Amino acid sequence: MRVAPEYYLSLAGLMFVIGVVGALIRRNAIVIFMFVELMLNAVNLAFVTFARMWGHVDGQVLVFFVLVVAAAEVVVGLAIILLISRNRGSSDVDDVNLLRW
Amino acid sequence: MIEIIVFGVVFVVALGSSLAMLFAKNAVHAALFLVATQIALALAFLLEGGQFIAAIQIIVYAGAIMVLFLFVIMLLGVDKKEPLIEPLTGQRPLAIGLGAVLAAEMLWVAWRGIEFAAGGEDAAGRLVDINQDPGNVLAVARVLFSKYLLPFEATSVMLVVAIVGVMVLARRMGMTTPGEVAAGAGEESDLASPGRGATG
Repeated sequence: MRVAPEYYLSLAGLMFVIGVVGALIRRNAIVIFMFVELMLNAVNLAFVTFARMWGHVDGQVLVFFVLVVAAAEVVVGLAIILLISRNRGSSDVDDVNLLRW
Repeated sequence: MIEIIVFGVVFVVALGSSLAMLFAKNAVHAALFLVATQIALALAFLLEGGQFIAAIQIIVYAGAIMVLFLFVIMLLGVDKKEPLIEPLTGQRPLAIGLGAVLAAEMLWVAWRGIEFAAGGEDAAGRLVDINQDPGNVLAVARVLFSKYLLPFEATSVMLVVAIVGVMVLARRMGMTTPGEVAAGAGEESDLASPGRGATG
């Protein structure tokens, strides 16, 4: 007895929405970054689900690529957050308003 | 039957800990809830026949990436509280309201709009066969190193670019600026200054 793919896709969609809402309402740059990771994870779940629906492993290979891109993105992003908080004394996104008019 | 039970656990744990991330005041707690979510997702990958991806999810995501997150949280100080005032009035209710709309949309698409992705009645069985006969790792490797060889090589270039970029970003060049001193970089400059004095 197998679970229908719709349930997996619902879980992925709900997790993606939680990631979007979290990235919008939180202030700490690192926590916002974690919500971006949550969104990437939700998309990975959708990829694996579609791979099962199609019956081949291409979706799983795409998850592999998403994972590598996420790793590179985390490394660069955390270095930027570290630099900002070193220069401005906080990692709050509302304090980073250098480019505002 | 067993898949239904495990999927129920995965559903509750993944959604519960991502919701708990929203309400966690401490950044470390949010990171730990994210680890719980990722382990639950690894279980979901196992249920869907992605054994290799499940292992990679635990090793790379719950292991390497989250350790990096925790490292940076500790480096910046864990005791900083997030201010509760909102600089943009009405942003939070608006975000939650639009998020609810997006959730409804996502659920509608998940239940009504996926006919395009139906690979036939026996598609799920085909993946089970693939996982039985050449094995999941071998099947992924065959696709990865033939059909997706060019993206794979591009990925390696991207990793090198990321490494070089991070080294350029994290390097301290020249003298420390007043902002760095104000940020309390005292012990770091103590570590960095003798070497700089010796070379300069």
